Amino acid sequence: MTSPQEDRQRFTRRALLIGGVKAALFAGLGARMYQLQVLKGERYQMLADDNRVNVQFLAPRRGVILDRFGRPLALNRRTYRVLITPEAAKDLDAALDKLHAIVPIAPEERERILRQAGRNAKFVAVTTHEHLEWEAIARVSAHMPTLPGVDVVEISQRIYPEAAASAHPIGYVGPVAKEELTGAPVLSLPDLRIGKAGVERAHDLALRGVAAQSKVEVNAVGRVVRELERDPGASGETLVSTIDARLQQFVQNRMGEDTGGAVVMDVETGDVLALASNPSYDPNIFTQGLDEAAWTALSTDPAAPLNNKAIAGQYAPGSTFKMMVALAALETGVITPRKAFHCNGVHKLGAGRFHCWRRGGHGWVALHDAIAQSCDVFFYEISRKVGIDKIAEMSRRFGFGAPTGIDLPSESSGLMPTKDWKRARYKQAWHIGETLIAGIGQGFVLATPLQLAVMTARLANGGLAVEPRVLRMQGDAELATQAPRMDVAASHLAAIRDAMRGVMTDYEGTARKAQIPDRALRMGGKTGTSQVRRITREERRRGVIKNEDLPRKERDHSLFVGYAPLDRPRYACAVVVEHGGSGSQVAAPMARDILLEAQTRRSADWLKGAANDGARAEAPSHAPDAGSRLFRRRG
Amino acid sequence: MQRWRGSVAANRPLAIPPPRAEEVILRFMRIDWLLVAAITMIMLIGAAMLYSAAGGSASPWAGRHIIRYCVGLIVMLSVAMIGARRCFALAYPGYAICFLLLIGVEIAGSGAGATRWIDLGFMRLQPSELMKIALVLALARLLHGAGPDSTDRLYVLGPALLLILAPAALVLKQPDLGTAVLIVGGGTAILFFAGVAWWKFGLAGAAGAAILPVAWSLLHEYQRNRILTFLEPERDPLGAGYHILQSMIAMGSGGAFGKGWMQGTQAHLSFLPEKHTDFVFTMLGEELGLAGGIFVLILFAIVIGRLYRIGLKAESRFGRLTALGVATTLFLYVFINIAMVMGLAPVVGVPLPFVSYGGTAMLTLQIGLGLALAVAVDRRDPLDGPRRLS
Repeated sequence: MTSPQEDRQRFTRRALLIGGVKAALFAGLGARMYQLQVLKGERYQMLADDNRVNVQFLAPRRGVILDRFGRPLALNRRTYRVLITPEAAKDLDAALDKLHAIVPIAPEERERILRQAGRNAKFVAVTTHEHLEWEAIARVSAHMPTLPGVDVVEISQRIYPEAAASAHPIGYVGPVAKEELTGAPVLSLPDLRIGKAGVERAHDLALRGVAAQSKVEVNAVGRVVRELERDPGASGETLVSTIDARLQQFVQNRMGEDTGGAVVMDVETGDVLALASNPSYDPNIFTQGLDEAAWTALSTDPAAPLNNKAIAGQYAPGSTFKMMVALAALETGVITPRKAFHCNGVHKLGAGRFHCWRRGGHGWVALHDAIAQSCDVFFYEISRKVGIDKIAEMSRRFGFGAPTGIDLPSESSGLMPTKDWKRARYKQAWHIGETLIAGIGQGFVLATPLQLAVMTARLANGGLAVEPRVLRMQGDAELATQAPRMDVAASHLAAIRDAMRGVMTDYEGTARKAQIPDRALRMGGKTGTSQVRRITREERRRGVIKNEDLPRKERDHSLFVGYAPLDRPRYACAVVVEHGGSGSQVAAPMARDILLEAQTRRSADWLKGAANDGARAEAPSHAPDAGSRLFRRRG
Repeated sequence: MQRWRGSVAANRPLAIPPPRAEEVILRFMRIDWLLVAAITMIMLIGAAMLYSAAGGSASPWAGRHIIRYCVGLIVMLSVAMIGARRCFALAYPGYAICFLLLIGVEIAGSGAGATRWIDLGFMRLQPSELMKIALVLALARLLHGAGPDSTDRLYVLGPALLLILAPAALVLKQPDLGTAVLIVGGGTAILFFAGVAWWKFGLAGAAGAAILPVAWSLLHEYQRNRILTFLEPERDPLGAGYHILQSMIAMGSGGAFGKGWMQGTQAHLSFLPEKHTDFVFTMLGEELGLAGGIFVLILFAIVIGRLYRIGLKAESRFGRLTALGVATTLFLYVFINIAMVMGLAPVVGVPLPFVSYGGTAMLTLQIGLGLALAVAVDRRDPLDGPRRLS
């Protein structure tokens, strides 16, 4: 029997027990609140902001590229896109009918539009027309008041007025590829184009500009509620290239059907005035997206039109390399400018026989004649005495064996062999015979046309280590050039230049026929013919087969390096014609024409004074009108 | 006083004398006004949140919320004033009516478009909500009558379990897991308070664990999903787990002092589901922060504490069990709701009393609190014999 008192005590006990449990559970709730709101508060704050804040980007207007005189090399053209927002249009079918009456919509396009509209939320705009011209847009805008939900958006499209002529130095733009996504959100914009080659690629960041950003607040279904902040961004910078569009065009045309590369440089500043590679391509075809077949045709063409041979093509420099060997010999004291060797047409080294290009030889030759007449035996002699490492050391000073560092993508480094290099590369000792072959620019030695032009410029300017560049001004800032003086004796350089004059003016000079007649414009230079096949002893005995009688791809490369004018050099030029045959017959006349054109461009002198002003006047303003919407109207 | 004990009222021990004017005033003063003030405060906070949820408007929720509260307040005070004896007398009829309504809803709602309510015009009455209080009352009466010694006997325990399980089964069938948990939880608590032996609860717990797999198979697909989602919210972040995840984000992003009233981004940009009903506390946490949440929790603790005070002071078993039964029901509402929106309990659809929008739950609890207040008013009355006023 439980007394009421006992019952009551039990009740109180149990009530307090349960009450304690409740208090503990409430405390647990409080602790959970503390955990969520204080300990993890920042994290959840971030998640909440992630939920509600969307950043929208507008593609910036890409900077234009001008040539050194302000002529356009890459511009933007406006095209228009028409969009329709189903929600604002209310009756999408009727709205499309109306729009169709103004700008036709193909039935399959209409189907796509309806499909897309059905898939997306009602407030997401669907594109109806792409790349409309101004005339069509004028019609649409006139009907705007009766077209609820229709928007017109301006889009800029890249155009290259010089087309194929400027394709190699300037490059082209295209849609962002998957592997080019760096995480920068602007790269995900569907309308953004980025540089794929040339200056467009090398200076892409400067050209790209800064995307306009709009931070908006969105609700759970993604509808924009309000704009939180806006950053207007900036259009890309105007770039003034060192290229002279007319000279570039001339060089490109002068190469005609020949494949190869040609470079014209200012010997004082390193400005690349022309950088031609043949064959070329029209960069305009890339801007709207290239179809598969056209791309395959371009990329598998054996003549490699997409390959910029002026900076990426690597060729044995042949006799154009002899200046380096001679300088190394002079510096090491192996020869003096007067030291003569006898050439009887062949140089014997052990069991090996190293032939001169002239059967029967040149007789007694010293430095001047050895270069002017391109005597091979002279160079076999001196290179053997100098040694490969000294030759390599000298030629590196002139830019061989490493990329020149020009501001263009995919430059090759060429190759300048040394004993260590061979040991590392082939695990073999260096043969003295390989030194002899290298001494006439054959064998392992490889150089790009640009490297040859840089060497020529450094010889011609009296030993200033100029570096090539294709960009002259970025925005309003003139880019400085300051070339350090090289550690080469001026008297040696003078002797080399004298010999290069001899190439053009001596009776026996290899390029005498290619000399510029006008005394004021005369040039110096050096021919080169680089073998792409081995001449056997058997063939040597029967008589070396003439180039014309060989299949094209076995013919020699034809090379020439030169500078002009003789007394106060201004321009350096290098030409490589693939399988062109003899340097004196193909490359030399081509270089002559190029150097003549470079010196006589009437436009050049006339424009020179106004160059900077002109460039500025023609450069478009920096108004951030990137992706701005015209006729924006919400129904 | 002594006079009606042996006479007419011998087999009507609960006969009630006519009220006198000074007695009415005395009774009115005995109402626990601190408790009334606390729930009014909670209700006003709720109205403020509903005002915010509507984007700064009294319609459609905040205004009605206040009006319903006022109507409920009259009901509550009336229940308090009619006294414990009448409540005692109405316990079984009340339970019977609620049970019939529940069956009615079950039959009416068995067709397409299942409903859980009866439309009264001005509000939708959910019998399952009222049942929670009717059960408290019926159990209290049963266990009061049985006395301390019979409580553990089968002839008391059997009917008591029937009183609990019959409505729970109906509610579960609706299906309304939250209400079923509240009914069983509230009923069990009363049995415990009444003195049922410890080991029986252990046995029941073991039995419950044993039938858990069976219960699992009887649950609806969405209920199972809710429980699975609760156990692992990231299981389906865009589907079933989305709501609880967004709720936790809203809660957490409020920080210590909140984003400010009407400034909750999660709530106002529709990331938060059901922000005016079951998830209103999340919105409160987002806009008023930890401070606001703790404040509300403290107010509820005050109400529950006052109910304990009433229960501990009551002379009759009926009064004690009623007060603590109501306290436990209120506690279960608050705890399950808040735990649920913070990812501590599965989403079972329990509103936060006096804060969430919804008429029946508020009215139910007001009636319940009215009963507890009636117990307070008649705390000296043992109900068995002559009425003792003081």
